[in-house]
Amino acid sequence: MIWLGIDTANSPLSVAIVKDDGLLIEESSMMKVNHSLRAMLAVEEACRKADITPSEIDAIAVSEGPGSYTGVRIGVTIAKTLAWTLDKPLYGVSSLKALAVNGQLFNGLICSVIDARRSNVYAGVYRAKGTELINVLEDQHCALAELLEKLREYNEAILFVGEDVKLHESTIREHLGELAHVAPFALNVPRASSAILLAQSADQPETVHTFTPQYKRITEAEANLVKKGSSHE
Amino acid sequence: MDKNHYILGIETSCDETAASIVKNGTEIISSIVSSQIQQQKQFGGVVPEIASRLHVEQITLVIQEALNEAKLVPSDLEAVTVTEGPGLVGALLIGINAAKAFAFANQLPLIGVHHIAGHVYANQLIHEMEFPLLALIVSGGHTELVVMKSHGSFELIGETRDDAAGEAYDKVARVLGLPYPGGPQVDQLALASDESIDFPRAWLEKDSYDFSFSGLKSSVINYKHNIEQKGGKINHNHVAAGFQQSVVDVLTVKTVKAAKEYDVKQVIAAGGVAANQGLRKSLTTALEKEGIPFYVPPISLCTDNAAMIAAAGYEMWKSGVRSDLSMNGRPGMPLKSWNY
Ligand SMILES: [Zn+2]
Repeated sequence: MIWLGIDTANSPLSVAIVKDDGLLIEESSMMKVNHSLRAMLAVEEACRKADITPSEIDAIAVSEGPGSYTGVRIGVTIAKTLAWTLDKPLYGVSSLKALAVNGQLFNGLICSVIDARRSNVYAGVYRAKGTELINVLEDQHCALAELLEKLREYNEAILFVGEDVKLHESTIREHLGELAHVAPFALNVPRASSAILLAQSADQPETVHTFTPQYKRITEAEANLVKKGSSHE
Repeated sequence: MDKNHYILGIETSCDETAASIVKNGTEIISSIVSSQIQQQKQFGGVVPEIASRLHVEQITLVIQEALNEAKLVPSDLEAVTVTEGPGLVGALLIGINAAKAFAFANQLPLIGVHHIAGHVYANQLIHEMEFPLLALIVSGGHTELVVMKSHGSFELIGETRDDAAGEAYDKVARVLGLPYPGGPQVDQLALASDESIDFPRAWLEKDSYDFSFSGLKSSVINYKHNIEQKGGKINHNHVAAGFQQSVVDVLTVKTVKAAKEYDVKQVIAAGGVAANQGLRKSLTTALEKEGIPFYVPPISLCTDNAAMIAAAGYEMWKSGVRSDLSMNGRPGMPLKSWNY
């Protein structure tokens, strides 16, 4: 069983190939790369290095967001096109949950964070139970301060994971004091192999044609329309 | 030709998700267009982020439908062609990344096509192109006169210095309070009018094949303000007719002049505004008088579609043009020749 994993949900790029529960190859870059230019090249390169032809891929896992709108779309478009034309199952995995895998050995809550500008974040809270990750607080787009208030109520140690945590470290410590732990840099890398790992325990694959990113946020234009309360049409 | 060559075309540069299969560059086997007009209407125009989101929802469906309708499988194809630019960057990226994944999975060559080259080659689907030819490209983003001496050779002899013709149409439609997309409705109002307001024509310098439509748009706005300040109401039909006449006059006169100067064998029109009835009629009459053959594709091939991308892509494929998996969306891509 050969798995291809793709994560382009944020500025890092990660592609992995897993064969029979063993990682063959994983390429992750934290550089600000242009996903549109690099992502398919990285897939091709990984396949070539792993000596795998496209038709040998048995299943595809992709980070479905939330994250950068364009980034998520590129990964999802590539993954769904490959899955459809190769006629292989497709699995979408939360980009926040995939990040939380990095903190799986932490004894407490794991909070994955992706910056969403203007003091907002995309965040999801998980807890390890055996080899599983249990969702404690649903993936969402929210004000950081609000999230931290909610987290304080749990009154237990929390590990913050993600490259963007450092942007908000002082605010996090202000709100949570001793409870807050910040992951070291090596645990902030989104890994496509984590997406594969989570996909392997998923109940069932996505319906490929209708599969879309989890933006966790409506567009500004839609929000304005709602604000105006105009409902013509 | 001993073998039929099937090319897949993909187009997502604006608000249509489209896929098509074209045989030997000239025959449409299937052409699927999923339009977002219904969803974008409520925003009064194309919202780029929404366009991108809808493209992701539609992209594999339209490619599948194009294959199904053609009763072909990927291994029957010769190449995958896709709009590389110009267009909305986020929208372009969906088609491009789907094309890359499809090409990679099926081990097919990938070719990035210029959107306007596509519009020009829509004509190849209705009539063989004969060179030299003059192409008038008129759309929401373009107003250009291009001379082609052979396949894949484009010489730009004139372009708009401000608004594109289609842009001017949409802006005037907004002045008249018409819902999006307003361009075709201005055409309808003008056709139904027996009278027209006299608006200026921008001829620019004597030898120039360039265009300018922003002054005309301002004239229409000023005219409306003047009438309304006096407590009057403008006649939409008369304004539309006057505006249309000004646009069509300039486009027609410059096109005919260029056709004669470059001694072309045919004139072709391309792009969304080439669907305009007033323009089609005017060009047909003027060029007939000069004895120059004039071709314009049916409306379904004037508006954005993927058959035109596959038609242009076929000629590129024949010329040995190839892209690689590092292809990126190019929102401001210039029209460049692939044959010199
Ligand atoms: Zn177009």
